[in-house]
Amino acid sequence: MNWLFDLSPDDCDALWLTLKIATLATCATLPVAVAVAYVLARKRFWGHAFVNGLVHLPLVLPPVVTGYLLLLGFGRQGIIGHYLDQCCSIVLSFRWTGAALAAGIMAFPLMVRAIRLSIEHVDQRLEGAAATLGAPPWSILMTITLPLALPGIVAGAILGFAKALGEFGATITFVSNIPGQSRTIAASIYSHTQVPGGDEAALRLSMIAIGISMLALLMSEWLARRMHKTRSGMSI
Amino acid sequence: MTLIDVDVKLALGQFRLDVQFASNGRSIALFGPSGSGKTSLANAIAGLATPKSGQISINGTRLFDKAAGINLTPQQRGIGYVFQDNRLFPHMTIRANLVYGQTWAARSQQGPSFDDIVALLNIGHLLQRTPATLSGGESQRVAIGRALLMNPRILMLDEPLASLDQQRKAEIIHYLLKIRKASLDASLAPMITISHALDEVNRVADEVVMMADGSVTDVVKTPIKA
Repeated sequence: MNWLFDLSPDDCDALWLTLKIATLATCATLPVAVAVAYVLARKRFWGHAFVNGLVHLPLVLPPVVTGYLLLLGFGRQGIIGHYLDQCCSIVLSFRWTGAALAAGIMAFPLMVRAIRLSIEHVDQRLEGAAATLGAPPWSILMTITLPLALPGIVAGAILGFAKALGEFGATITFVSNIPGQSRTIAASIYSHTQVPGGDEAALRLSMIAIGISMLALLMSEWLARRMHKTRSGMSI
Repeated sequence: MTLIDVDVKLALGQFRLDVQFASNGRSIALFGPSGSGKTSLANAIAGLATPKSGQISINGTRLFDKAAGINLTPQQRGIGYVFQDNRLFPHMTIRANLVYGQTWAARSQQGPSFDDIVALLNIGHLLQRTPATLSGGESQRVAIGRALLMNPRILMLDEPLASLDQQRKAEIIHYLLKIRKASLDASLAPMITISHALDEVNRVADEVVMMADGSVTDVVKTPIKA
């Protein structure tokens, strides 16, 4: 066990950086994912299939393409990146915040899928009942729809977090592999495998990555069960 | 003033609803076999379904008028709709369910008090529990309480007894008669009960709108002979 935690300072940095990136990516993406999932689940409009396709694109595109598109859009010379730099001195490329953007975009489709499914399962007759009781549409969303979809929202967030932890292709393309700035666990493992004698360090980090991901998945399952129990139990 | 005045046409797939009636009773029943359009009509009154044409008025307030372009939202209509499947919110306590309508409806300020309704329906011991732990009769009483607490223009009960056994039926009828009594002396809203059972209709209603195949065949006073 001691062997497992015998990390070099660089690997420790990578571990904390990865947790920081995944947390920011999840927190920033979640509200957007909930909004998009709601629209896809409940609204029918021209271009619905197109929006749905666009949301899922990062899931099927080679990650390097997503990273390259991010570089084109959010790089210092990119359309949006240039503007962000000029107006608010925000630079994303080759920074940990950029890594969070890449991780967030890669996690987005997974979050939307889980949340959309749970919103589709919310009984719309309950929303109708809330309307007859006088609740305005926005309040119905906040008091009925989202609370009932909560298990799916939590599951989506944890799934997204786990995805963000392991994101590699888009991240390395967009923000490179800079120690302390954009070298995540995945990038560290990759770096270790590229140098002679790095096998042990690579294996160690891989075990840690497996551990964290498994923990996240177990937690998502546990939360979903707990919420189900609360709902059918004796008291809240 | 006429309590309820309805003249609507509604299409739902193959089903056509075409009803005209007006009634002055304080406790009306919509009576007819299943499939005669009672629930469709109730949904149109509550604003959950939009008729193709016609008008709906309650106590002189126009809820819907196609020609005049009036179509109040369910929120604006103030119909205390007690659904057949009661539709209590599963993630809230019974107390939270009961006060839900009170939170939003401005008119609930002038309505019956929480304590009065809880006492009337004898649900005080259920307040901290969740809907999943209630029996059918208890759920029904809570759903009725939730609708009454919003101080509705009208209380509308869709088959309040259909899913209950004989003993529970008797229990709920007892409460419906209490509400009817309060309704007659105007301390509670008038009520519409939807039912396919003649004995229930005779007990709770003073005027009956007879329905068959999506239209109204007659409006008569109780009791009706089988």
